[in-house]
Amino acid sequence: MTHLSSFNISVDFPLYHSDNRSLKKSVLGAAGRFGVDRNRRPVVQALRDISFTLRSGDRLGLIGANGSGKTTLLRALSGIYQPSNGTLSIEGRLTSLLDSTLGMNMDLTGRENIRLRGLFLGMSRPDNARLESDVESFAEIGQFIDLPVRNYSSGMVVRLAFAMATAAQPEILLMDEWIMAGDTAFLEKAKQRVEAMVRHADILVLASHSSAIIAQWCNRVIWLEHGRIMADGRPLDVLSEYLPPELFKEVTASIRITPEIGEVGLAEHLQANDG
Amino acid sequence: MADLNGTSRAMQATRRQPLFTMSADRGWEQRFGMAKQDVVEGFVLWRLSWALGVADIRLRYRGSILGPFWLTLSTAVMIGSMGILYADLFHMDIHTYLPYLGVSLILWNFLGSLVLDAGSCFTGAEGLIKGTRMPFTVHALRSVVRDTIVFAHNVVVIFLLVVLLHVPVSLYSLLAIPGLLLWLIDGFALAFLFGAFCSRFRDVPQIIGSVMQIAFFITPVMWKTNALGSHPGAELLIRLNPFYYLLEVVRGPLLGEDVTIGMVAKALVVSAVLILVSALAFARTRGRLAYWM
Repeated sequence: MTHLSSFNISVDFPLYHSDNRSLKKSVLGAAGRFGVDRNRRPVVQALRDISFTLRSGDRLGLIGANGSGKTTLLRALSGIYQPSNGTLSIEGRLTSLLDSTLGMNMDLTGRENIRLRGLFLGMSRPDNARLESDVESFAEIGQFIDLPVRNYSSGMVVRLAFAMATAAQPEILLMDEWIMAGDTAFLEKAKQRVEAMVRHADILVLASHSSAIIAQWCNRVIWLEHGRIMADGRPLDVLSEYLPPELFKEVTASIRITPEIGEVGLAEHLQANDG
Repeated sequence: MADLNGTSRAMQATRRQPLFTMSADRGWEQRFGMAKQDVVEGFVLWRLSWALGVADIRLRYRGSILGPFWLTLSTAVMIGSMGILYADLFHMDIHTYLPYLGVSLILWNFLGSLVLDAGSCFTGAEGLIKGTRMPFTVHALRSVVRDTIVFAHNVVVIFLLVVLLHVPVSLYSLLAIPGLLLWLIDGFALAFLFGAFCSRFRDVPQIIGSVMQIAFFITPVMWKTNALGSHPGAELLIRLNPFYYLLEVVRGPLLGEDVTIGMVAKALVVSAVLILVSALAFARTRGRLAYWM
């Protein structure tokens, strides 16, 4: 069974490259996110006691201000940062798209990067060839596939990275908000692909500042503030708390225009509010 | 479902449904478990390390006509000019000195690059480390692959020296191969040790650079050990020099000189200590490396 669970995960960033002594003084006085670890070294408490469990079909949206810990949480969920407390448990093939370069080598061509990706996924030669043609057709960047990635527009890099991340059919997909750099046509295509993926009972975690995207793509939202979970629930419920009323109205209005999940969710939400 | 006992059991079962758990640091047993798992997973991905290393070299010479054979050419030019100059300065027969200098320099360049590149194997892969969970072993192997490819291009110069200067060769020279394999293992271990150190302390690469420069002069690379006959203090300097033993177990066979059992044993001891220290360092730092990028 595909699942992704976070048990009380906390992440501390050590502050190595700063003046320890003066910092310690200010840290001990200041409330908020600075603290000291077991060895009394100053740290930034990036995440605190994050717990949730995602199962097949869950599409989690992460919202919160800059520096609230969204990207750090995605990295911790990817297994990149070993937590300073707590346990991460994952079952299923996981792919993370944390920045648009996706660990690509900008001097290599798109095709060469796809091959490296295939090797990373442990693919055999025929599988790798299939990956290559799948990415090529989905990314739709034409002849650019044989040019160094350095020469791509940012939108093209996003297309290639997204195609590469999803072509191998991950069971768990973690995405940061850079995906919004794609144009509308591409976003629609990307959404369809993710939906197809989630229909096959998989998991999506998406961090974004676009409430409309969150409301349309996700069926669960976690609101992070100062590295802690402020709210966890259905998208419109959490968004109504998170957004100022006038912005929330704009979001619900925009969802009304593009229905699907939005319409149902909105109706439920309005009913809940009436009652 | 979840495994809360703190040990990580990734890549269990089949590739289709890998189970991965990662807990906060829980002491040495967990650290060594994760380090071992990293090495195993990294070697499974050896084709990726190879492709990354090859790509590094190809990119360095992309667009140039000779490509990586510039390595061969520049080494040949350096050894040719240095050999002629130094043979004259040291009053030595060029037919014996030039092969000695050529083999020594090419081997030293390989050994030196293994040490120097070890330091940047993780900091140079920052994008990959922060972008996806990948065994750190992949980055360590990549730097060894890169240095080995450069060395392979320079080996051509050794063949040229042998042919042009009619150096007598026999099957005995093949005994250099186990020595070179030992170097590869040492280079891999060094990548973990220095890679971690250089990620945490950004001054270390400069220090390693300076130390290697000194090591080049106090190791018999350009000069022969018999030049020290009358300096007992200097002899001690060689005897405590780990590079000397490592160099000798490869250079001896290539030059048709005897390699004593004692020399081989010392090279093995140096390597064993290095591997042990590296394993400790990697187990201790593995979970912190991503934070240091």
